[in-house]
Amino acid sequence: MNLKAVQAIYNFEMARTRRTIWQSIVSPVLSTSLYFVVFGAAIGSRITEIEGVPYGSFIVPGLIMLTLLTQSTMNASFGIYFPRFTGTIYEILSAPVSPFEIVLGYVGAAATKSIILGLIILATSWLFVPLRIEHPFWMVTFLVLTAATFSLLGFIIGIWADGFEKLQIVPLLIVTPLTFLGGTFYSTSVLPPVWQTISLFNPVVYLISGFRWSFFEISDVSHTVSVGMTLLFLVVCLITVWWMFKTGYKLKK
Amino acid sequence: MAAATLLKFLAMQSIISVTNLSKRYASGFEALKRINLDIHRGEIFALLGPNGAGKTTLIGIICGILVPSAGKVTVDSHDIITDYRAARSLIGLVPQELHTDAFESVWATVSFSRGLFNKPKNPAYIEKVLRALSLWDKKDDKIMTLSGGMKRRVLIAKALSHEPQVLFLDEPTAGVDVELRKDMWQVVRDLRDSGVTIILTTHYIEEAEDMADRIGVINKGGIILVEEKAELMRKLGKKQLTLQLQQQLHALPAELSAFKLTIGEDGSTLIYNYDTKAERTGVATLLGELSRAGLRIRDLQTTQSSLEDIFVGLVSDRQ
Ligand SMILES: Nc1ncnc2c1ncn2[C@@H]1O[C@H](COP(=O)(O)OP(=O)(O)OP(=O)(O)O)[C@@H](O)[C@H]1O
Ligand SMILES: [Mg+2]
Repeated sequence: MNLKAVQAIYNFEMARTRRTIWQSIVSPVLSTSLYFVVFGAAIGSRITEIEGVPYGSFIVPGLIMLTLLTQSTMNASFGIYFPRFTGTIYEILSAPVSPFEIVLGYVGAAATKSIILGLIILATSWLFVPLRIEHPFWMVTFLVLTAATFSLLGFIIGIWADGFEKLQIVPLLIVTPLTFLGGTFYSTSVLPPVWQTISLFNPVVYLISGFRWSFFEISDVSHTVSVGMTLLFLVVCLITVWWMFKTGYKLKK
Repeated sequence: MAAATLLKFLAMQSIISVTNLSKRYASGFEALKRINLDIHRGEIFALLGPNGAGKTTLIGIICGILVPSAGKVTVDSHDIITDYRAARSLIGLVPQELHTDAFESVWATVSFSRGLFNKPKNPAYIEKVLRALSLWDKKDDKIMTLSGGMKRRVLIAKALSHEPQVLFLDEPTAGVDVELRKDMWQVVRDLRDSGVTIILTTHYIEEAEDMADRIGVINKGGIILVEEKAELMRKLGKKQLTLQLQQQLHALPAELSAFKLTIGEDGSTLIYNYDTKAERTGVATLLGELSRAGLRIRDLQTTQSSLEDIFVGLVSDRQ
């Protein structure tokens, strides 16, 4: 195992985060605060509580997930796409590094950044609304698993993309809508039965539901199902990455 | 038993062994056609060829950047596919294109390379490399603030950062000024003296002539020649003797018809081409015959073909 290479890639990516600290951290915090003001204050004045949880508090896990998902995919995809774009990827390809080590470095760094962001948003939320975390262990587990899974998804996008538009398309057109429809701002139980069934095909529903359960013990689906679905998605991403490296897909001509 | 010993001997002799290597790009273009090549341990090998010959493709495959379509490559008897870690650990690569990060400092990017190759930090060594490449005073500068020639040297520093046994230099001197080019070749010579094997490509043939122990010529995806440089110069080099006469000539005197002579445009010079590889070039006989024919020589000079002439001859022959 070439741990020094993993460390080198990880540190390189974290240095990139530090260089773009404003863009990396301030803008998600700002937009989350705006969500609070708009949704929490405007809608919260009508819907006072859902299943015994004040509406402002209810949306916190969903907001954290929203940031976690979009940031993980965007960061990880950019992290691997950029060296491909500039050509500096030659060095990674010619180094004695295994695919697993490359993924560990890039995905590890992207996930770390998202987790830090998630925690910052959690801390910010505490300023706005009362919060309690019933199952801290599960909260952290969901946070880490989701960050890792969506960073992997981002990594896949970064290898697949051959232009900056494609890089934006998936987070913008798939991840964000799925998150909004996945129960960030409501419980899926308020939907008509047909839409409840359709929601079950949205993987983000499971993430948000599980994550929210770890806070308030209320959930749309059982938390074990949530963990199972997250792990399943993680495995699917792992297999895809493994296949990409095995075939040299878009990495090596 | 004897075969095994022979194989072992060959393995010791050659550090890189390329067997029947072919490369077909996704476009269908065949860039390498069943290449066979051995690079000897500790030599400087110059790979020459016109644009698009396949030099970068060959280097890319050996270093793990491109996938071969067929054939086999070993580096110090480690297969580049099945035993890629061991093979790649030995190799340093300076790519032809200036692929650099923009925002990293010189020091950070060179240290990054060392880490990728699983080597423990060694600031003293990196300092030595940066000083040798006249980059020491730039070590804290962001790469994007460097000039093209400096970036090229940063790439060399990155390739040397992990103390490779084999160094690939794909046109290392493109865009580097004369002074620094000299320094750079000194670095390369020092590396060779310390036992590093060096494979370089260049379009400045006189650099290859200066530096290389052996020369390989590649054209249209095929190796057309591999030879010791001295041997190549001897075999394919031609010499030309130009004689300035004291009188004008309108036709060659009969005595001289045995020699392939041409009369220069002004009528008072004779040009004699001869092969250096011929044992008896007959220069002495020619001079004897000249005085017998009553021609008096005012001056004479010889010129020798350079590697460049040989190279151009080889490549244009095959067009
Ligand atoms: N990605 C690619 N897809 C298709 N063809 C390619 C690709 N890369 C290179 N080629 C072709 O392969 C051939 C060999 O290219 P290569 O870069 O190896 O040449 P070279 O000898 O290094 O030339 P130069 O002296 O210009 O650097 C060229 O004809 C080139 O057009
Ligand atoms: Mg080239």
